[in-house]
Formats: sequence, C-alpha cells, structure tokens
Amino acid sequence: MAAPGAAAGKDGQGAIVARPVLAALLAFAVALLLPLAALAQASPAFPALTGRVVDAAGVLDPATRARIDAKLAAQEAKATDQVVVATVPSLEGRSIEDYANRLFRAWQIGQARKNNGVLLLVAPAERKVRIEAGYGLEGILTDAVAGTIIRNAVIPAFRGGDMAGGIEKGTDAVIEILNLDPDEARVRARRAAEPAVEDDDWFNIVLLVLLLAFWFYIFWRASRGGGGPPTAGRRVQRGRGRGGAMAGPVTTWDWGGESRGGGWSGGGGGGWSGGGGSSGGGGASGGW
Amino acid sequence: MTSTTLDAVRRGVFRLRAPLLAMMASLVLAGCGINVIPTEEQRARAAWSEVLNQYQRRADLIPNLVETVRGYASHEREVLEQVTQARARATSIQVNADTITDPEKFRQFQEAQSGLSSALGRLIAVSEAYPDLKASQNFLALQSQIEGTENRIAIARRDYIEAVRVYNTELKTFPSMLWAMTFYRSYKPMETFTISEEQMRPPTVKF
Repeated sequence: MAAPGAAAGKDGQGAIVARPVLAALLAFAVALLLPLAALAQASPAFPALTGRVVDAAGVLDPATRARIDAKLAAQEAKATDQVVVATVPSLEGRSIEDYANRLFRAWQIGQARKNNGVLLLVAPAERKVRIEAGYGLEGILTDAVAGTIIRNAVIPAFRGGDMAGGIEKGTDAVIEILNLDPDEARVRARRAAEPAVEDDDWFNIVLLVLLLAFWFYIFWRASRGGGGPPTAGRRVQRGRGRGGAMAGPVTTWDWGGESRGGGWSGGGGGGWSGGGGSSGGGGASGGW
Repeated sequence: MTSTTLDAVRRGVFRLRAPLLAMMASLVLAGCGINVIPTEEQRARAAWSEVLNQYQRRADLIPNLVETVRGYASHEREVLEQVTQARARATSIQVNADTITDPEKFRQFQEAQSGLSSALGRLIAVSEAYPDLKASQNFLALQSQIEGTENRIAIARRDYIEAVRVYNTELKTFPSMLWAMTFYRSYKPMETFTISEEQMRPPTVKF
C-alpha cells in the first residue's frame, strides 16, 4: 500500500511543477499563432454588392437601372449566368484590369461550379470600362468578343456623353452573346434545370455511407471479439460508445470539406448575392 | 473474476486498440497540421501550372500576330525578328518540377519571359504607325487576345505569388515549421517573381 501512495505523491508534485511550464508553452504557442491571422491581404474598399446593378458612381437614372436589372434577372433565371453591372467612383490607383478582377472575386459573381459570371465595370473618373468574364464563360464571351462589344457598343455612346445608354447597350450585347448559340443555350438551360445535387454529391454520399458502415463493422467485430461474460461486454460497450461518438465527427468533417467547397452560397434567401464564382482575368477593357 | 474473463477483457480491448489508435493518431496529426505543408505546396504548384499555361497561351498567339503585322508592315523586319527570337528563347527554356525551387532556373525563366514581353510591347507600339493594320479586324481580335492573355498572366502571377507566400510562410513559422524540420525536409521554399508586373506588361495601346 505504501509504495503506490509514495509514487502518487511524487507524480502529484511532478504535475504541480509541470503545469506552469505547460501553460507557458501553450501561451507561447498561441502567441506564435496569432500574427498569422493578421497577415490577411489588404484589398481595396469595394462597394457592397447590393444587387445586379451597383451604381456607386451614380451615372444611371432609376428607370435605366430598373430596366437593366430586369434583363439581368431574366438571364440568370434562364441560364443561371450572373451578370453584374458596376460603376465605381474611383479605381483607387489600380489598373482597371486589376480592380475588376479583385472586385469580381470579392463579389464571387457566377455559380460556384460553373463560374458563369460577367462583370461590366465602368470607372467614369478614369474613363475606363471593362468586361470581365468568369472562367466558365471564357469560351463564349472571349476576349475578342468582349473587346468588340466595348469598341462598338459601349465606347461610342460614352464618347457622346451617354453613360446610361452605353452601359445598357453593353449589357444587351453581353446578354445577346450569352444566348447566341442556341445549342449551347439549350444545354445550359438544361443544366440550370438540374437539381442542386450533382454526381459528385452522390459519390460523396455513397462514400460517407460506406465509411460509416466500415467503422461500425470494425467496432462490431471488436465488441464481439470480447464476447461472453457480462463484465467483458460492459467494458467493450464503453469503448464502442466512445468510438462511435468519435467516428461521427471524423467522417462528417471530411465530407463537409468536400461538399461545401463548391456549394450554393448565393442565389437563395432574401438578398441577392454572388454564387461563389471566380475569374482568371478573361475579358477586355477599353477607355474613352 | 476468473482468469478466463480477464483474458476475454484483454482480448476485447486489444482488438479495439488498433482502430482506436489509428483514429486518434489521424485526428491528432491532422489537428497538429501535418497536412498543411503538402496542401499549400500543391496549391502553389497548381498556381504555377496556371502561370505556365498562360505563358504558353501567349506564345501560341504570337506567330499569328507576327504574320498579321508582316502583311501590313513588312519593312519592320527588325522588330518582327526580335519577337520571333524572343519567343524561341522563351519556349526553349526547359521547365520542370524543380524550376520553382531552383533560383537560377527560375531567374532564367523569368528573364526569357520578360524579354518576350518587351519585344511584344515594341511590336504593338510599332503597329501604331500603320492605320490599315490598326483597322484590320484580324489585328484587333489578335490584339484583344494578346491583351487578355497579358492580363491573365498578371493575375496568374499574382495568385502564384500569394500561394508561394503562404507556402513559404508555413515552412518558416511555428507550428508547421516543426513538420518541415522532421517529416517534410525535402520541401524547399519556392521562388517568386521579382520583376514587377508593370515592367512585364507591354504598353497599352490608345486609340
């Protein structure tokens, strides 16, 4: 009896000495981790994405804005393309290409899996305009096509001082191009009608079920292996309960990472927002 | 308790131990960030592939552009020659997996590409002097594509620089540094672009 007691006493002392050291180490680790969060990149102050038409520079009259908004909403309803028109008071010293790409990514225009967003950005102060296409539309709204729209539809009206007219013509041309190829439009419309759960999702679900089944099988085997007398049964039962609780988080965590990355982050709910699309700098720009 | 029940208990716990340990180990290791360095490395490599992809796209556009300009401005032989040579130099550089971790190879790659950028810039500046060329639909389309590609290059470079910054930071900072010193000794910091984007871009053409 005496020997184990002495051992416990020693251990207790050890723990008392170790605890402050451990706490200090932990605090040190936390302090080291903190600055990482502060390293986040500084990006310009973008206007908020309040709708499909964000007229931060105030060059559109309400009637035109409503008209453009209705057309853009119709296009999204038809083919899920998210086209956004934005005017900004300043590019904050950046080139319009750089600003447009950052704004596009900040707003996440286009559906996440399709990257089918278009941004028509106008900077009246710098006299620059750009059409930025998402990855998924680079094949339809090519650089050359976007350049033609800017040169032939937008710039002439801007030169004549008609900002609203130029923006509306540019929007019309972009929508026309998006609907140009009837076969392509049909394919896209069919895809738009498909349920939100895609093939990848089914694969993930099957994988999750298999994984869960696998874990349950292992614990079932392990608990059966103990078999026989009640004490053994209870002992193993506890292990099983613990293991089961752990298996849940592990697998759902894995699954969440897979599926939520490309999920629907926008479109639903009350307000309108970008769907998670991205752009790699497709499109064209011009000045007047 | 008989010895047989004790044995049964031991056997049960023993059988349970392997899966439990495996699970605990995977949880603990993932929680300690054993995956962070390979993840960031793959992300940086993907960003690098995009950079290469866009440079390749530019190189593919150039022969067409040279031919178009030659049709209207055949006596600008010198500028046309320079672009063709710079393109040949840029495409002759062998790019492999260690280009991004070898400073010397990376410098060569960067210099060849920036040489092509400036030759291309001169070509586009020269074509300013030819109204017929500037009015040609073919040239306008090519020019849009070249400009678009330059812009994609700039963005791919920006994404690559950011991905490398994150990866190199992980290699050098606590706690992922511990993994870099033990498991991932072969993971080297990556090189990043030093010539500014502005220098790489050809002068934009005003109409």
